[in-house]
Parts: sequence; C-alpha cells; structure tokens
Amino acid sequence: MYKWVICSTLAASLCSAAVATEPALPMGLNADEPALPSGLDLGEELALPKDPGNAIDEGFNQGNLAEQGFALEGFIEIRSGAWIDSHHYQERRPLNEARLQLELEKEFSTFTFTAVADLIHDDVTDDQDVALDKGEGWLDLRTANAVFSPTQFMDVRLGRQILTWGTGDLLFINDLFPKDWNAFLIGRDVEYLKAPSDAIKLSLFHQIANLDLVYTPRFDADRYIDGSRASYFNSTLGRIAGTDAVTKVDRPNDWLHDDEFALRLYKNIGAYELALYGYNGFWKSPGGFDPATGRALFPELAVYGASIRGSLASGIANAEWGYYDSRDDPSGRNPMINNSEQRLILGYEQELATNLTLGVQYYLKRMEDYARYRHTLPTGAYPAARSRQEYTVRLTWLTMNQNLLWSLFSFYSPSDDDGYLRAKLHYKYDDHLSLEIGGNLFWGNNTQTFLGQFQNNDNAYTALRYGF
Amino acid sequence: MRNFITLLFLVLSAPLIASPTADEIVHHSNMVTYYQGQDGRAQVRMIITDSQGRERQRQLTILRIDAAKSDAIEENAYLGGQKFYIYFHRPADVSKMAFLVWKHLDQDDDRWLYLPALDLVKRIAASDKRTSFVGSDFFYEDVSGRRIDEDIHELVETTKSYYVIKNSPKDAAAVEFSYYKTFIHKQSFIPVQIEYYDKAGRKYRIAKALSVKNIQGYPTVTKASIENLKTGGKTVMEYSKVEYNIGLDDALFTERYLRKAPRRQLR
Repeated sequence: MYKWVICSTLAASLCSAAVATEPALPMGLNADEPALPSGLDLGEELALPKDPGNAIDEGFNQGNLAEQGFALEGFIEIRSGAWIDSHHYQERRPLNEARLQLELEKEFSTFTFTAVADLIHDDVTDDQDVALDKGEGWLDLRTANAVFSPTQFMDVRLGRQILTWGTGDLLFINDLFPKDWNAFLIGRDVEYLKAPSDAIKLSLFHQIANLDLVYTPRFDADRYIDGSRASYFNSTLGRIAGTDAVTKVDRPNDWLHDDEFALRLYKNIGAYELALYGYNGFWKSPGGFDPATGRALFPELAVYGASIRGSLASGIANAEWGYYDSRDDPSGRNPMINNSEQRLILGYEQELATNLTLGVQYYLKRMEDYARYRHTLPTGAYPAARSRQEYTVRLTWLTMNQNLLWSLFSFYSPSDDDGYLRAKLHYKYDDHLSLEIGGNLFWGNNTQTFLGQFQNNDNAYTALRYGF
Repeated sequence: MRNFITLLFLVLSAPLIASPTADEIVHHSNMVTYYQGQDGRAQVRMIITDSQGRERQRQLTILRIDAAKSDAIEENAYLGGQKFYIYFHRPADVSKMAFLVWKHLDQDDDRWLYLPALDLVKRIAASDKRTSFVGSDFFYEDVSGRRIDEDIHELVETTKSYYVIKNSPKDAAAVEFSYYKTFIHKQSFIPVQIEYYDKAGRKYRIAKALSVKNIQGYPTVTKASIENLKTGGKTVMEYSKVEYNIGLDDALFTERYLRKAPRRQLR
C-alpha cells in the first residue's frame, strides 16, 4: 500500500501538461494523489472520458446465482412447424407448441438441488396425459436432482438428469443415455435431443484416472421414432407408416431388474482426453421384433469402447470406437434381433476463418455376423448393407457480432445412398428475445435405409423465445 | 580525476537506470495486466453497445491460475501458462455455461465449453485468438493476453506519464492490424490506452483503461473499454470483487468443475 502511495505521488509530481495525443490517466491512477501545486496544468490528463454508467457499480452481480444460493430462470417459447410436402400417416403438422421452461436451483449447505420443468401446450397431439418417462403430455420434467460431494474425491448426482459423454457430434457410440429422436427430427431445440435419465451418477477423481459410474434402476429408452409424429418404415407392412401403425413395444420395465449400468474411465494426458467405456443394458431404440406378439423389442445390449480427443494441426480431432454386443443374439442367427456391431467415429473440427467453423466426421457401423444375418433373413426382406458408412459436415457461421448464427449440419451415407440436412438460422434480437427458423430435409434412394425411411418428414419450423 | 570519472559514470548510467528498454516495459506491463498474484478472481460485467446504440450485457465470473510461481520481471520469471475458468450468469441463453481455457505460450490454447442443458463438454477448435469474446468488442486475446514474442516492440516516445510503445506483428498476415501503439503508465505499468492501426495506417480500434484500483497492493484495472471505430461498436467491461492469491486449486480447472460449478469459488 505504501509503495503504491509513493508511486502515485511520484506519478503526480512528474505529470505536466498532456501531449494532445496522449490519453488521460484513468480514474484510480491518481486517486491517492495530494493536491497539486498551482501552475501545473493537469486539466487534460485528469479529465475522465465521459462514459455512460461511469461509476463502478459494485452491486451489479447481486442477481448472480452464486450470490444468493437460489435462482429461478427459464424461458417461454412458441414453436411451430409444417411438413414441406404433405403425406398420409402423419399428423397435420410436425409441431405447434408453446412451452414454459422453469429452472429452479437451490443451494443447501451440503448439496445443490436443481429442477428443470417444461410446461407444454402441444397443439399437435390430443393426448395431454403426462408420461414422464416418455416425455409426453403437458409436463416434461427434464431435471430434478441433488448434487453433493461426500468426500473430496467424489461427486454424486442423484435423480432425474441429462447425461452425456463421448466425442461424436450428433453421433453417439458410447453415449447410451436416452435421446429424443422425435424432438430432433421435427425441429425442437437441439437441447431436447437429450432425454433425461432417472439415475445415480457417481464420479470418482484420482490422479491415475477418473471414473464415472451411472446406474439406472429402470431402463430409460430413447424417445424413438414410433410413427406418432414422424413417419418411418414399418417392416411388417412393408411400407412407410406413421399414425396408422404406431410402433407397439415390449419395454423392459421392471425396477432393479431391467436396469442399466454405464461407466467411463477417463484421463487427460496433457490436453489429450482418453476414455474407456462400458455399458450393460438394452438397445435404446427398438432393436428386435417379436412375431408372436407383433411388438418391437429392446433386446439386451452390452457395449465396450474407447475414445480419444485432442488438438491436431490447428483444429480438434477425435476418434471413438465401440463394440455393440447384442446379447440376445450372440451368434447373429436370429433375424428378429439386431446383429452385433462394430462402430467407429473419426472427426475433425477447425476454424476456417474468424467466426466460421467446419466440422467433418466419418461414421461406420459394421455388422459382426453378416453371413449369418443374410442366411437367416426371411425371403423378401430387405437386406441391410453390412457396413453403413456416413459422412457428416457441420458449418457454423456467426455474424452480426455473433448475434446471428447460421448452422448447417448434413449427414450423407454413400453406402445406403441416403442423407439428412439440418439447417438453422438463429437470431438473438436482444439479451432476452431470440428468433429461429430452420428445416430438416431427408432423402434416400430406398425407403428402408436408416435415413431413407424418413423421407416423408421434410419440415420447416420457426420459433420465438423469451429467456429470463 | 577519479571523482570526475565517477561522476561521468553516474551521469552516463543514470538514463540507463531511469529508462528501461522496450522489452522490459512490455514485460512489466504484461505482468501487471495478466499475471499479478498466483491466482485471481473477478466478477465481470460487459456492456456491449452496437452502432445503433442497442445494448447487450454479459455477466460472468473469471477464475485464473498461473503456472509460474513468481511475479518477478527478472528473467521473465512471471511468464508461463495460465488456466482460466469462466462461468456465465447472464443473459439467460448462456446462463450456467462454463468455459475453460488452458493458455499455452508455445502452442494454441485448449478450450472447452460446457453446455448444461445437454450435459455436454464440447472441445472448441479456435486457433484465431482475435475473434470476438462472447460477442463483445473484446477479443480472446484482450482477455487472456497476447504473446509478447509475437510482436516487435519499440519505445517511440517517453512522455511525462507514459512510455509509448509501438508494437508491430512479426507475422503480419496472422492479424488484422499493421501495428498498435500502447501508452503504458510509467509508474504502474498499466497500459492506459492501446490504439490499433489498420493496413492503411488508419486508427480503427481503441482500448482504454478507464479506472484503476489498488487491490491487495496490485494496481488493477477495474473498468476498461474497447471501441471499434469501423463498426461503431463499443464494449465496456467492469470488474468487481477482484481478489488475488485466493489459493485456487489447479484441479478446479478440469472437466470435473465444468460439470459441477465450483460454487464457493464463484461466489
């Protein structure tokens, strides 16, 4: 402090008439100065720039969550879409809804509680009954959990939560947490791609490696494409179907019996992120069919995998691999149950120019027992290719002081000759209001391939959101 | 005769002691601006005003830790890698997002962004440090510092209050300026004003320190602005609750705390 006063005093006594091009000293650099002797013309140097809101407002962060230990935030949104060409077997519109999201966070001495709930008025469906695990009805509870650290090296998150890991961009291998493919295809915000899990997550931290363990006591399936909103290929009918043939499923539903277990062991070496993964549960979207009941099944699945992510050249590269062990069809002989698979993602992302980013990915799904699959395939059934290869390209461009976002994400599969284009314009009008328009376009040579089956679902949407 | 030589020596050496070299000045200034203390914390409010006078605000908390254990200018002992943790409070669309930067002196920075709605830890590919920081007129480089050895520094003028340094990029193609002039306060080494000139020699960007406080003995800029004369945009950044040497743990700057915000430290 002393030194500072002396410094400042010295500074003041050395000051004289300012050179015209020289900036004035800011407030503070001469705050502690004694009165100056007359004759020294300091006027120009002492003059402070006239700024709006010049006084420092110490209280500006009073509203910060961390200050109060309690916060209520959220948004209200209207989102409306239309099919680009109209078809049978679909609702009149892909979506037409109003949504109020409320997020409550409360800090207690030993834990933090977070709840995120969406109250929805959905104009498309008549069924307003709440089904929390399927995300149907007027309430979608996204999050309701407690986070605490019983020891220095452990974090626990208990309750309803969104879970994500792995390295792919809109492609997932070792992330077997539930996804909402309906929301994704019909034009909801991308945050809704992730559906919540009712689970306990234990995170252990150690110098050797970190370990995440997730236990889901009752299977949480994807919110898969079942025909109720978007149309899909129904193999029983042998054609594209929708509301006329909503997929009926036998869902593993017993607490503690039909459970899921996922783990991730990870470590950073420098800024290279290495991870090993394991999963024991079920195919997340229907992966089998029971001809006796006519219902789709979620057969047992185990996954082992690994990933690496780090900088390469002037971008970020990632590689992820996983082995999908279809445990209800270990030999690959059962044509009614998914074959085991190898899966691989190779990705690279780089900033091409200021505010313009390009990401590319290669994705491979390869059946393990293809000969047996072909051998046992019923006559007349469409044979899937052994390997499905996919390329994705993401272009993100930020303009108008980063307030206008142009986003393009395309999937293309040369092996199945199908594709999917997601395009979006997002404009932040101010700190609260944002406007979005976008579209989802699908194409395919064949209605039975992974993306080709969605070719009647082309849609465009617009959304207005007010955040608070 | 001997006295005369001594006197001559003193007279000759006095200017050497009084006026440091350009490199010494910029290093001292760099330390004061970005490296004071072993670690630090600040609450930040940004007010971004565009050419039409529309205002946007950002509120965030910044935590910082230095790899170097010293603040000494001698032999550049203060210089080293740094880690930053940035937590967003406002506006609503970025609330609770967390941003982690590992700044390196010898390679591109590593950056991660955590999106809570997706529970996604995203790696950010960003080699260009002269990109707007969260839509403001500040660049990443203005927030975390530009590497000193990327420019050639000349002391072009010494006024009563300032050392005036002209900084010219070694790799002119990598940046949008042809040079920038820094007015460094002689006593505190705070860069009070930085003026950027474009390739045509026109001044187009001005950074100013608007307010300085002594915090724990460290001269600290508590209010700064950057004006872009070309776009007419301006951003004012205010720092409050600034603290140094709070004993942050290096482990805080990892994925663990992206997913679970370090509430005590953000307070």
